[in-house]
Amino acid sequence: MSYQGKKNIPKITSDRLLIKGGRVVNDDQSFYADIYMEDGLIKQIGDNLIVPGGVKTIEANGKMVIPGGIDIHTHFQMPYRGTTTVDDFFLGSKAALAGGTTMIVDHVIPDPGSSLVEAFDRWRDWADEKACCDYTLHVDITHWSDSVKQEVETLIKEKGVNSFQVYMAYKDLYQMTNSELYEIFTFLGERGAIVQVHAENGEIIAEEQARMLEMGITGPEGHVLSRPEELEAEAVFRAVTIASQTNCPLYVTKVMSKSAADIISQARKKGNVVFGEPITASLGTDGTHYWSKNWAKAASFVTSPPLSPDPTTPDYLNTLLSSGDLNVTGSAHCTFSVAQKAIGKDDFTQIPEGVNGVEERMSLIWDKAVVTGKMDENMFVAVTSTNAAKILNLYPRKGRIAVGSDSDLVIWDTDGVRTITAKTHNSAAEYNIFEGMELRGAPLVVICQGKIVLEEGNLHATSGSGRFIPCSPYPDFAYKRVKARKQLAVLRAVPRGMYDGPVSDFLPMSRGGGSSARTSPTKQTPIRNLHHSGFSLAGSPTQRGESAGKYLLVCMCMK
Amino acid sequence: EPSVMVLRTQESTAPGYRRVEGTQRGCAWLILKWLYVLLPLQSDRLLIKGGKIVNDDQSFCADVYMEDGLIKQIGENLIVPGGVKTIDAHGRMLVPGGIDVHTRFQMPDRGMTAADDFYQGTRAALAGGTTMIIDHVVPEPGVSLISAFEQWHEWADSKSCCDYSLHVDITQWHRGVQEEMETLIKDHGVNSFLVYLVYKDQFQLTDSQVYEVFSVIRDLGAIAQVHAENGDIVAEEQRRILELGITGPEGHVLSRPEEVEAEAVNRSVTVANQTNCPLYVTKVMSKSAADVIAQARKKGTVVYGEPIAASLGTDGTHYWSKNWAKAAAYVTSPPLSPDPSTPDYLNSLLSCGDLQVTGSAHCTFNTAQRAVGKDDFTLIPEGTNGAEERMSLIWDKCVVTGKMDENQFVAVTSTNAAKIFNLYPRKGRIAVGSDADLVLWDPDVTKIISAKSHNSVRLEYNIFEGIEVRGAPLVVISQGKIVLEDGNLHTTEGSGRYVPRKPFPDYVYKRIKARSRLAEMRGVPRGLYDGPVCEVSVTPKAMTPASSTKTSPAKQVPQPVRNLHQSGFSLSGAQVDDNIPRRNTQRIVAPPGGRANITSLG
Repeated sequence: MSYQGKKNIPKITSDRLLIKGGRVVNDDQSFYADIYMEDGLIKQIGDNLIVPGGVKTIEANGKMVIPGGIDIHTHFQMPYRGTTTVDDFFLGSKAALAGGTTMIVDHVIPDPGSSLVEAFDRWRDWADEKACCDYTLHVDITHWSDSVKQEVETLIKEKGVNSFQVYMAYKDLYQMTNSELYEIFTFLGERGAIVQVHAENGEIIAEEQARMLEMGITGPEGHVLSRPEELEAEAVFRAVTIASQTNCPLYVTKVMSKSAADIISQARKKGNVVFGEPITASLGTDGTHYWSKNWAKAASFVTSPPLSPDPTTPDYLNTLLSSGDLNVTGSAHCTFSVAQKAIGKDDFTQIPEGVNGVEERMSLIWDKAVVTGKMDENMFVAVTSTNAAKILNLYPRKGRIAVGSDSDLVIWDTDGVRTITAKTHNSAAEYNIFEGMELRGAPLVVICQGKIVLEEGNLHATSGSGRFIPCSPYPDFAYKRVKARKQLAVLRAVPRGMYDGPVSDFLPMSRGGGSSARTSPTKQTPIRNLHHSGFSLAGSPTQRGESAGKYLLVCMCMK
Repeated sequence: EPSVMVLRTQESTAPGYRRVEGTQRGCAWLILKWLYVLLPLQSDRLLIKGGKIVNDDQSFCADVYMEDGLIKQIGENLIVPGGVKTIDAHGRMLVPGGIDVHTRFQMPDRGMTAADDFYQGTRAALAGGTTMIIDHVVPEPGVSLISAFEQWHEWADSKSCCDYSLHVDITQWHRGVQEEMETLIKDHGVNSFLVYLVYKDQFQLTDSQVYEVFSVIRDLGAIAQVHAENGDIVAEEQRRILELGITGPEGHVLSRPEEVEAEAVNRSVTVANQTNCPLYVTKVMSKSAADVIAQARKKGTVVYGEPIAASLGTDGTHYWSKNWAKAAAYVTSPPLSPDPSTPDYLNSLLSCGDLQVTGSAHCTFNTAQRAVGKDDFTLIPEGTNGAEERMSLIWDKCVVTGKMDENQFVAVTSTNAAKIFNLYPRKGRIAVGSDADLVLWDPDVTKIISAKSHNSVRLEYNIFEGIEVRGAPLVVISQGKIVLEDGNLHTTEGSGRYVPRKPFPDYVYKRIKARSRLAEMRGVPRGLYDGPVCEVSVTPKAMTPASSTKTSPAKQVPQPVRNLHQSGFSLSGAQVDDNIPRRNTQRIVAPPGGRANITSLG
């Protein structure tokens, strides 16, 4: 590899760049071609390109050139009870770049009761000031009311947000009831957004936590003991059910266990539009460390859902990721120092949650999935960037090497080996949950916004250079199917004469139906208009009961 | 014509005296009732000759001699008192009388009462070969469990004409309910409680409450029954369907799709696993719900599934009937599945043992009562018939089709129920010492089910109308007395006895007990963390365990579980390997994943 340019000046990259002799790897195919970039965009791909004289050139020497990774789940600079995670947007996105990730998607977490838009703006300010790679934002819905609905609408229409996360855990804080989930799913499904769920049964967790503490288990092992993987699987199952009822695309964040992954893959086989996101931690390590005698080490693994104590979990999740049952990967990077984790030194429920992984994600997947022959390089691209870009509706701007796409590229060294350790990682955390792991596969050169940010092991990240990338609703990848089903799912009443026989006397107590009104703020949703559509596949209403039954059955299956 | 020969020899008077003695301390009217009602019909001694005894484990030919309502002898060439009444079975099958584990006779609903009271209901049961029913006590929220139980007890005692027992439904959860449950178990012979995951704002319990109820039930040795449907989603869907202008019975099934049932089954399995509590799913109505149960069993969960006569015999396409009254007659929850392949599927799972017991959920409302919901399907009183048809239906759908043999038939119609509810071998088996509840079964007779001929006389519709079933009881013996012969029912209002049930049935609790011994969890012995601690604002981080105490009567009770966990027993020994904590400590400390893994031992 050679590269002619002036070194040791702040802005060492120019706006024009040529990569010669690389093997372009997209999610669908790989081919040899040169890539010419200008103004942060890919301008030409091919052989013998005609480019301006004196352009900076990188010799790829046949190495793979892949789209820069998209880490679809980060929590940089996350506030927590008056403190903040140790990796802010600069450190976090710098670590991302060091690992070959050129875009991150962070979660905005509004305090329950506070404004979503304000929280979003605050996160924007933080990230705009510090991020050194492109970013976008998911917004977490931590409470639900009419005003939240309006804010969600604003965020979708004006702010470029197309994904919202809801919590099924964190009882009395973020947790939503089933009715609220139903309403949120319905609302988002009609507006073309993606519903993300943090899937764990918060009610049972609260009970189990109380039980563990009563037993005198206060250390980090209590965290995983009170959150067995069944509770994760149960919540995934419930979320799938609600999503299917409301015909809303579902995205499960942090798939941590085999059983949760199984539920997702079963649901996909039944036709549900559901995406699963394993994270670096669940793909790379397991929950046996919660029993470490070193409290600080054990606490560094605390995240929710927890890492599974079943040591076969990472291999299993890597396999499902390779087979397409799971689709995207994030890191859920959310790092606290030991002193911060020590807030919960006497009570595991008080330990701030989160693990590292933004820097390790790409190498880890390469090592666990590609080196082992589970997936090929194209699938690697799919799960590290392309699928995420499609879900976020950023494809093909991101997640693909094509003319017109952003010039976020990585020259990937399939043979580079490095040992992960907290001593050398870019995060400010004292512990690395992958400590001592030897990984094959690493970025050699990272190009972000058309600029070289990593080469020869040196990072050249510029605080604040990252741009907010707005996402638009109705990503085709999720919504083409949802739209088709919506048209099919028309329900019709049976036309009958009025019943005019005797009616028994009864006490007018309410039962079921009408009684839920008080808990439900979404009474007047525009659902009505959609369903009142005159469109119908049912044909003549004179058909017999039995065949009507069958028809409706079909609708319900499709729904 | 192979009708049964009943040799009416001279009526023996000896048992008559015994009977009188037995009722001496009772009221005079009981004696009169016996003199004028029971005596002419039945005697206390009975011999069945030449039958093929069919239990759940084997079939064999033998005579059966009964006295005082008990089976006294089984074998050949029995020595019996002279002149005993004898039935010649002619080689036909003799099966234990059926146990219908789920009925709702005389059930109150908004000032109305189900059309079949305990007399009509048990009479229909006997007509179908069922000699014991277990009814559900449904306390109105706010009413004490015990007073509701006593109310049901009284109703049933005065009217029931076969033995019965009672499940008690937990329709609300607060301090006090737990004590009532204890009393019911200790003093009233109740060992099963039903919780509802549906009927929002009425009976529905939250997941936390279900967790607490299950914990209490496990400690008390009872069975947790669950009505599994997601009530939150149902409420939302009901509103949506009504908004669409769908008000007829089809709205009932459209608002309760089967995945909503499966979801709730899955959730209750999860809670049951967490609490190590045996689970019993009432009314398995759909393939997906049955699948969840079958999968859970394969993972080792102690869970039982109860399909009912309706789900085994018909499907939900009838909700689209143009006849409102007919469509409304099928309204029950969870609803019958519109998938017409459901009954066959459920019968297969019942045959292979993935589902274990059958009930009828017999809860009948006549058309005028149903019409309360003529403009709004959510107001239609719920329930279907099935107490009379259950045994014949299962014979026809499972045995005739070769899915199960006669022994499995006995298992799913009586034996398993008796085992789960701790009635075995008093009920559910033909053995010396067991109750003389027997049915002489005719596998060849066919009949067409019709509202014209069924015993639910106040009911205009039968959901199995027109179905031809093969297999029917020829003679039914309940409490040692012939109650059905030659097609004639000889039932006596009030002759049914309450059968109390003890907690900790072996069939269920042997495994539960073994698992609670295994499920010890221990903290990791570590030195105190003495490093720096970050300052934080005091806002507590929500999932404070304190929040559940207010709803949790269970927490106040000293739990025997605790002692187990505090046991000084330890396998860990001295730790020299503090730097290599992985596998070693993992194995020592606790099974990773806690009890979730233990359930997969099975």
